[in-house]
Amino acid sequence: MSAVVDTHGHEHDHGHEHHDHHGGYSGIMRWITTTNHKDIGTLYLWFAGIMFFAGGMMALVIRAELFEPGMQLVNPDFFNQMTTMHGLIMIFGAIMPAFVGFANWQIPMMIGAPDMAFARLNNWSFWLLPFAATLLMLSFFMPGGAPGTGWTLYAPLTVQQGIGMDFTIFAVHILGMSSILGSINIITTILNMRAPGMTLMKMPMFCWTWLITAYLLVAVMPVLAGAVTMTLTDRHFGTTFFNAAGGGDPVLYQHIFWFFGHPEVYVIALPAFGVISQVIPAFSRKPLFGYASMVYATAAIAILSFIVWAHHMYTVGMPVTGQLFFMYATTLIAVPTGVKVFNWVSTMWRGSLSFETPMLFAIGFLFLFTLGGFTGLVLSLVPIDIQLQDTYYVVAHFHYVMVAGAMFSAFAGIYFWLPKWTGRMYNETLGQWHFWLTLIFFNMIFFVQHFLGMAGMPRRVPDYPLMFETWNKISSIGAFGFALSQLLFLYNLFTTLKRGATAPQKVWEGADSLDWTHLPTPVPYHTWETPPVLK
Amino acid sequence: MTFMSALAGAAALAASGAAAALEWNFPPANSPIADDIHWLHEFIMLAVVLPIFVLVFGFMFYACYRHRKSKGHAAEQFHENTTVEILWTIIPAVILVVIAWPVTKVVIAQKDTSSPELTIKATGYQWKWGYDYLKGEGEGISFVSMLATPREQIDAGAPKDENYLLEVDRELVVPVGKKIRVLTTAADVIHAWWVPAFGAKQDAIPGFIRDTWFRAEKTGIFRGQCAELCGKEHGFMPIVVRVVSQEDYGKWVAQQKQAAAAQAEDINKKWDPKELLAQGEKVYTATCVACHQANGRGTPPAFPPLAGSKVVNGPKEGHMDIVLNGKAGTAMQPFGKQLSDTDIAAVISYERSSWGNKAGIVQPAEVRARHK
Repeated sequence: MSAVVDTHGHEHDHGHEHHDHHGGYSGIMRWITTTNHKDIGTLYLWFAGIMFFAGGMMALVIRAELFEPGMQLVNPDFFNQMTTMHGLIMIFGAIMPAFVGFANWQIPMMIGAPDMAFARLNNWSFWLLPFAATLLMLSFFMPGGAPGTGWTLYAPLTVQQGIGMDFTIFAVHILGMSSILGSINIITTILNMRAPGMTLMKMPMFCWTWLITAYLLVAVMPVLAGAVTMTLTDRHFGTTFFNAAGGGDPVLYQHIFWFFGHPEVYVIALPAFGVISQVIPAFSRKPLFGYASMVYATAAIAILSFIVWAHHMYTVGMPVTGQLFFMYATTLIAVPTGVKVFNWVSTMWRGSLSFETPMLFAIGFLFLFTLGGFTGLVLSLVPIDIQLQDTYYVVAHFHYVMVAGAMFSAFAGIYFWLPKWTGRMYNETLGQWHFWLTLIFFNMIFFVQHFLGMAGMPRRVPDYPLMFETWNKISSIGAFGFALSQLLFLYNLFTTLKRGATAPQKVWEGADSLDWTHLPTPVPYHTWETPPVLK
Repeated sequence: MTFMSALAGAAALAASGAAAALEWNFPPANSPIADDIHWLHEFIMLAVVLPIFVLVFGFMFYACYRHRKSKGHAAEQFHENTTVEILWTIIPAVILVVIAWPVTKVVIAQKDTSSPELTIKATGYQWKWGYDYLKGEGEGISFVSMLATPREQIDAGAPKDENYLLEVDRELVVPVGKKIRVLTTAADVIHAWWVPAFGAKQDAIPGFIRDTWFRAEKTGIFRGQCAELCGKEHGFMPIVVRVVSQEDYGKWVAQQKQAAAAQAEDINKKWDPKELLAQGEKVYTATCVACHQANGRGTPPAFPPLAGSKVVNGPKEGHMDIVLNGKAGTAMQPFGKQLSDTDIAAVISYERSSWGNKAGIVQPAEVRARHK
């Protein structure tokens, strides 16, 4: 800490002695006008948390309706709106902003930069989100309600939707803008603002995964914007991009959407890999195994993600050569992903392991994400996929990647970094309870869905034949258990923020990035006005 | 671990040949392609996934147990090993090449729809399937197949049949052992025609024709559902295929031809209004009720009410046109392609005489005249 002096703070803070000033405003204006990367990181994380609970409520409506055969609670139309909005909110509202929040907090501290490169742009990137979320939610109150098309918004079902569809399209535009601006900021920060001596290959793995993710986002978000804009003009301005009667093709939409959609999977997964790559070495008290190969594997996954999109479309009826190309390219992803898994296990091998909550979530991630990877391999094979496409097997598969992957990683990150950020220690016992309950209920919801899919239950149906009843009941009970377990997390979070025990200066023995080794706990409002010098 | 026990269970059951009978595995295969899919899946799970899973997590859990700080294990500081890293890049790549071979063979077989013995077109509508026998024995047969489960079982909690949501009014009938090519298309949005026991799933795309095929090995009834989200009633448009012997198939074809001839005759008959309204109620309940509702109030704005509607209470011609030709950009389909003129006349008469509407009846001959 001795090398770091927070002088910047006193320039604006006339007459006040306290160290942790927050710019020129207080109260709500502080948060609206803030250009501080830590404040903005906090905003992102709160936003993600709120969206996580909103999307979770929608999942509960879905699981409640599917508790038994027959329509009991909602009508099929509203059910479809729930599946659509659950997907959109969880992906664009919860998971992506959560990892942007981590990036905002951690990247400047990890590379020795005083803030993000474009501080005002950073403020705008965040403040676009509440407007987008409002538009998205308003679609429920339009005539005809929110779109009932699934989050993939496939044409031509989108043409039949009410005005809520247009609200959703504009919300997606704004969310995309926010992502692109945030990504430009991250790329610029990492490439230009590293401390002297912090070469790219010395950066913590989290920064690497975000650098690559940011490039993915800049590349694919405009493609999504294009897809939804074409939907908008097909709906209102007489174009026929996706209408055969006018020379268009509904499948064109799917190609464009998945050209965005598959890299998007890695937009979500790569930062999660980054968090795990910080947590596992810290609790193994051992450096990350195969750092260089981790970087190459991440880059390889990103590049491959651009040539595999049509594996989401094996049943649209492409030529056999198309099916084979996309199948071979897709199975190739198993190689770099395998490298990452092997590296994480080797990092643990002959370490000195301890199992605090962040490590538990990281191990849970490693185990369950790999299961999601295996089912991904199964689904990459055309003949098996044709049987399983659009069934609950796919639902199970991507929830292993999105929930056990991204969300477990986000929890690992929160428990790992919260003490450093706030100077307050969470309750370890409650944290471990949260992990075990989440793990058990997660598997209760989603493991059985593999069986449902194999037995032939299509996804996105509000009702189902009698033979699927048992697994659906188990899954629904699991969903409510899962939701209740998250209240435990909320309780732990609030009590930590309010009256958590003071966190020690060195929170985790084995954590070794700059933020842990050179900055005090809690981290001051401004850090690295004087860059650290690395040898 | 649930996954481990499930895998062990799957292995044991696969060995005993009983796995297929349980609802947590694929339904029993009834086509060569479905057989191949099951075999491939078991091969991948047992020969590839299981060993890698055991190996990787064997190491991980061993480390969790033996290399714990609480046991006083001191961390070593190694962080790379070029040989190992190259090996675990190359070995998975080799495994992928090995599995690519059998999989590719199945992909090619699955795509080979050449020289079928019977060609049937399946058209997805919101929310039912239309079948046209295009080529082979039964050429010219054409009908619409829709959910037969009564609404009370779905919405009102009435006791449910064994085949709840998997039963239709008219099954697709095909002969056993013949190569059946299914062309798929759709009238409105994308649907997907899927029968799990045949390993056949093909998206039905409006404005385009795609195809798949199957060859049923056994007779019996095989059920599936639409697999692509197609709007409100996506969960309620099943596919039921009755596979029969060649002889029974011949009888069925003859029966269908007779019925078609009988229907052509009664088009010119002047119907008694009561009879027409009774028939109309049947057609309405089967075809229209999902959107316009039993009380004729619809669910606006997507599905407008018929009670008090300007079209329904207006001139007959306007009413006939919208039912015959549909309304572009909405879920209202051109029913002229799906229902007989008699049924259209009946349902129009029913709509014009129900829920307070008093616009009179329409005779089948009038619909025929309007039907271009």
